[in-house]
Amino acid sequence: MSTATDRRVPDDQVVPGETSTPPGGRSGREALSEMSNPHRARAVKDVVAKVVMWAAFFLAMVPLVWILGTVVAKGFHMLTTATWWTGNQRNINSDDFGGGARHAIEGTLQMVGFTALIAVPIGILTAVYLVEYGRGRLAKAISFTVDILSGVPSIVAALFIYAVWVTAFGFSRSGFAAALALVLLMIPVIVRSTEEMLKLVPNELREAAYALGVPKWATVVKIVLRTAFSGIVTGVLLGIARVMGETAPLLILAPYTKNFQRDLFNGNFPTLPMMINQDRGDFALATAAERMWGAALTLILLVLLLNVIGRVIAHFGAVKK
Amino acid sequence: MAKRIDVTDLNVYYGSFKAVEGVSMTVEPRSVTAFIGPSGCGKSTFLRTLNRMHEVIPGGRVEGKVMLDDQDLYASSMDPVTVRRTVGMVFQRPNPFPTMSIYDNVAAGLRLNGVKNKKTLDGIVEQSLKGANLWTEVKDRLSKPGAGLSGGQQQRLCIARAIAVQPQVLLMDEPCSALDPISTLAIEDLVNELKNDFTIVIVTHNMQQAARVSDRTAFFNLKATGEPGRLVEIDDTTRIFNNPTEQATEDYISGRFG
Repeated sequence: MSTATDRRVPDDQVVPGETSTPPGGRSGREALSEMSNPHRARAVKDVVAKVVMWAAFFLAMVPLVWILGTVVAKGFHMLTTATWWTGNQRNINSDDFGGGARHAIEGTLQMVGFTALIAVPIGILTAVYLVEYGRGRLAKAISFTVDILSGVPSIVAALFIYAVWVTAFGFSRSGFAAALALVLLMIPVIVRSTEEMLKLVPNELREAAYALGVPKWATVVKIVLRTAFSGIVTGVLLGIARVMGETAPLLILAPYTKNFQRDLFNGNFPTLPMMINQDRGDFALATAAERMWGAALTLILLVLLLNVIGRVIAHFGAVKK
Repeated sequence: MAKRIDVTDLNVYYGSFKAVEGVSMTVEPRSVTAFIGPSGCGKSTFLRTLNRMHEVIPGGRVEGKVMLDDQDLYASSMDPVTVRRTVGMVFQRPNPFPTMSIYDNVAAGLRLNGVKNKKTLDGIVEQSLKGANLWTEVKDRLSKPGAGLSGGQQQRLCIARAIAVQPQVLLMDEPCSALDPISTLAIEDLVNELKNDFTIVIVTHNMQQAARVSDRTAFFNLKATGEPGRLVEIDDTTRIFNNPTEQATEDYISGRFG
C-alpha cells in the first residue's frame, strides 16, 4: 500500500528534472518552496477527495433521513395507541380512527417466516453445491439460472406463480401462493450472499480437515459452514429484508383482509404492505392516512428488529479473534 | 506405529500437465526423509501424492504405485479418506481452525470422525500437545482460540492436531518457511523427537535444515521450466551433502544454481 508519504523527497536530494541549477545556486527558501510544491498539490487533492466523499455521503443520507423522519413524525403516535399492537381492522372504516395492526404484523411475520423456511435451505444448499461440489456444465447452468432469477421483477415472479398455482393447478389465491412467489425472490439473494461467504473461507482450512482424514461432507458442514456462519446469517437477513416489504406478489396472490387470519392456505391474508396499500386508497382521510404511516413505521421496525436479532446471532457465531 | 513407504515409477499429472515423472524411492520407517530442490520441481506435489491430497485439486491424478507397508494406497478399494487418516500432513502456513479453541483444534480430527468420549479426548489432547512440545505453554488456556497463538505456536498446534489422529506417517510441507528462527528451532527439535514414533517426510527450501533434521535426503530437479520434475537422487543425508553421486546435486547444494 503506497501512502502519500512514500513519495516525499528526502531533504538532501534534488528532484530530478525539477531543477536545472545545482542546489547550491538557489536560496534556501526557493529550494524549500519548490520541494514543498508536490506536498501542496497532494494536500489540495486530499481536500477535494474528502469534500466529494462527504458530499456523496450526505447526498445518500438525505432520502434515508427524510423517509425515516416523515414516517416517524406521521406514524409514531399510532404505535402508542392502545389497540395498535393488539387489535385488527375489523369493522373499522376508512374514516374511523385507529384500530390495530396486529393481524398484519402476525401475517407478515408468518408469511416471511414460511418463505424463509423454504428458501433458506434451498439457497444455502445451492450455494454449497456451487462452491464445494459443482464443476462443469451443471454448475454453470445453475449459476446462470440464479443470475437470471435475481433479475426477475417481483411482479413477474408473482404472475408466474399465479399462472402455475392458480390457473394451471386451480388452487385459489392465498398467503401460501404469495409465499411461493417470495421464495423465488429470496432464493437468489441467499445463494449469492452464501456463495460469497463460502468463497471467503480459506482453502487451507479445507485441506487441513482433509489431511486429518475428515470426509468431505463433514468438512463442509463442520468447518466451512461453521467458519462462514455469521456471514451466512447476514445474507439470510438481507434476503428476509428484501421480501418483507415486497408488495406486488401480495397484490396479485394474497388479497388483504382486515381480520385475524392465521391460515396461509385458505382465504385472504393480512400483511403490512397490503394494509399500507389499503389505507393508501383513502389517503385524503386523515384517519386512513395516519394508519398508513403507522403501518409503514411498523414494517420498518420489524426489519430493524430482525436485523438486530441477526447481528446478535452472528456476533455469537463469529470467528473469535 | 511407523510404516515404510515404497514408491515405484510414479508420474503425477494435473489435467494433461505432467508435473512429476518417474519417481521411485523408499522412505524408511522411524526416520526423517527430507525433500530438497528448486521451486517448482515437484517436491510438494510428490509429497501430496503420499496421502492423496493432490486429488483435492481438480484434475490431479497419478500413475504408478505407492505402497504403505503392504497396502497399496492407490488400490481401487482404497478410500482416500482412510489414506489421510494413516498419513497425516502439516502445511506450509499454520492453519488452525479459526472457529475453534486450542483444545477443539487438537480434538478436531477425532471429533469430526465421531469420537465423543470426553475422557478419551482429554487424554489424547494432552498427549498430543505434549508430543508437540506445546502443552506447558497452553495448558492454562485450552479454551482460548487457536488463532490467538503466535505463528510458531500455531504451527506446533497444527502438528499436535495432526498427531492426535495417530497416523503412521507425517508429511510436512515446508513447515518452517513462515516462521522465525526460534520457532524453526522448536519445530526442528520436535521433528527429532517425533521420528521415534512416526515416519517423517519433510519438504524444505532450507538446506541447512535438511542437513540438521534428516537421515536421508532426496534431491528433486527439473530440466527446464514446463518439463516435469524428477527425482535426481536419494541417499543418506551426510552423503548427499558431502559426496553426492550426481553432478546436479553437487551444483545445487554448493549454491551454483537454484
